[in-house]
Amino acid sequence: MYQYTEFDRAFLTERNAQFRAQVARRLDGSLTEDEFKPLRLMNGVYLQLHAYMLRVAIPYGTLSSDQMRTLALLAQKWDKGYGHFTTRQNIQYNWPKLVDIPDMLDALGQVGLHAIQTSGNTIRNVTADHFAGAAADEIEDPRPVAELLRQWSTDHPEFQFLPRKFKIAVTGSPNDRAVTRAHDIGLVTVERDGEIGYEVLIGGGLGRTPMIGKTVRDFLPKEDLLPYCEAIVSVYNRLGRRDNKYKARIKITVHENGLDEMKALIEARFAEVKPLFNGVDQEMLAAITAQFAPPDFVDNTPAPILDPVLQSFVDTNVTAHRRDDHAIVTISIKKHGATPGDATADQMRLMADLADAHAYGELRISHEQNVILPHVRRDRLPELFAALKAAGLGTANVGLASDIIACPGMDYCALATARSIPVAQQIATRIDALKIEHEVGHLKIKISGCINACGHHHVGHIGILGLDRAGVENYQITLGGDGTEDAIIGERTGPGFAYDAIVPAIERLILAYLDLRHGADETFLQTYRRLGMTPFKAALYEQEKQDAA
Amino acid sequence: MSRKPFTPKVVTANLLREGDVVYLAADDTWVTDLALAEILTDEAHAEVRLIEGSQQPQVAVGVYLADVQPGPDGPKPTHFREDFRASGPTNYAHGKAHGQRPGPEV
Repeated sequence: MYQYTEFDRAFLTERNAQFRAQVARRLDGSLTEDEFKPLRLMNGVYLQLHAYMLRVAIPYGTLSSDQMRTLALLAQKWDKGYGHFTTRQNIQYNWPKLVDIPDMLDALGQVGLHAIQTSGNTIRNVTADHFAGAAADEIEDPRPVAELLRQWSTDHPEFQFLPRKFKIAVTGSPNDRAVTRAHDIGLVTVERDGEIGYEVLIGGGLGRTPMIGKTVRDFLPKEDLLPYCEAIVSVYNRLGRRDNKYKARIKITVHENGLDEMKALIEARFAEVKPLFNGVDQEMLAAITAQFAPPDFVDNTPAPILDPVLQSFVDTNVTAHRRDDHAIVTISIKKHGATPGDATADQMRLMADLADAHAYGELRISHEQNVILPHVRRDRLPELFAALKAAGLGTANVGLASDIIACPGMDYCALATARSIPVAQQIATRIDALKIEHEVGHLKIKISGCINACGHHHVGHIGILGLDRAGVENYQITLGGDGTEDAIIGERTGPGFAYDAIVPAIERLILAYLDLRHGADETFLQTYRRLGMTPFKAALYEQEKQDAA
Repeated sequence: MSRKPFTPKVVTANLLREGDVVYLAADDTWVTDLALAEILTDEAHAEVRLIEGSQQPQVAVGVYLADVQPGPDGPKPTHFREDFRASGPTNYAHGKAHGQRPGPEV
């Protein structure tokens, strides 16, 4: 993992001291709220519905066990005993007091974490495949370039006041687990004639105008990555609309100017900036890459699994590692009925301890709001599972219907138009009661509490969007979305459902799928693609009419 | 074009230091309990109280008028957003939901 240099530590110490002074000046009246607001946002501090919220970046979703313990410390000491892992691999604290936030940032700084550029119209936390460095299907670990991008974009003088926020995601695998096609820049590692480079996509994004990213380069040599990204952001900074925040993201810039025009401008700018890089970026990348060396894997010979409960956990929560005698374990923090993405301080500490005991001290956070132990010795799986189960962290539901992405929604978020969390809780509880989850199989349900789509509902197999309709919570359903390498935006089914009608509606959809599918091997998404919207619409609305009659 | 008739309101904000949701009471103090908020039934008076509430920037931030329905136990929110602000999140008994609403404490 990347270790902070003396430069990094000095930068962070200075930045935190600067923010501490800004908070003090706000509290003594030297700064007005209008003056202070942009300063706090630059440091990840929002004022939400009930309290301040501190959003901490977890670069490319990678954490050491010590960093996880510090996240637990913050939850315990300055919040209400928990934190919320988000769909951008960040963690949010929902209840800090403004006066405590400088101390929280100092504690984070001690372990090389910060909240810089987790808000504002800047380049945000660079996200990556949560199985990075471990996945069997990986061409190359994407984290060194993600770290290079993080260093390049942090406090980049030209890109602190972009037309709108800007998000970059990187995958090192052809199976896209990082939703790269729904990012402002998506980077997909590709191999051509033995050389590794990137397919570069721009203009993806969800929100009020969802769009799938478009390829501007199908193969970008590795050494050109930073100047090419600089060219993209530079062109966007110049062309992006500042007159209308709803049309300010790069997806609209691409849409309005056309991909060919954007390509031409990016290539022209690239030709200008490339000579300025002088290869220094490649020297930095080499130094960074050395720090992402794999752990000293211990050879082991696992015993056959005889426990059916453990086998069920392995079937859903364990993914193939690049070494046969190791495994990637996804810890679901979505026990049926729990708040998706929330982990208590005790759970965080336990996961850190288990990472030390069984997984070389490494953890990852997924955009799907779960925690991953990327390198687990297979002979340790029984012991690990027993410890997780005892702590209520052994739920075998990863990739299943109750593994729901949900934004904080109106329970916390000042922008939300409806609640997300209780809808997710109720769907998961209902699915558990029906005992159909494993029969249903792979199904991604994603819920957003407003049009900004932090819950990625557009790319859910079943997407749910909570809206305010004449002062009442109302939920629209989309079907057929997909956030993988085959990314597609889901299609709206029709009129929305009231808060007390949305869970039964989702149940009808799932039961209809079980009736319609060609056997257990056909997933919900495959059935939808084969049959289209019509039978699902019938299940949603005709049954509702019958129930109302 | 006809204007919408004025409906009863309260002045609401968040505390600068803690972030807690608060309401302006008739004695110019900020209270956390909506039931103790001053109900504003006259539009001109509401505008004046909004300005007065905004003149305590070292205490409260994000000051605005929120719709309420007067009742025997004080004002009640008319919109679900204000209901959650007044009573806390629905997934945990945290903030204003503490001790008021069933739910895990974490």
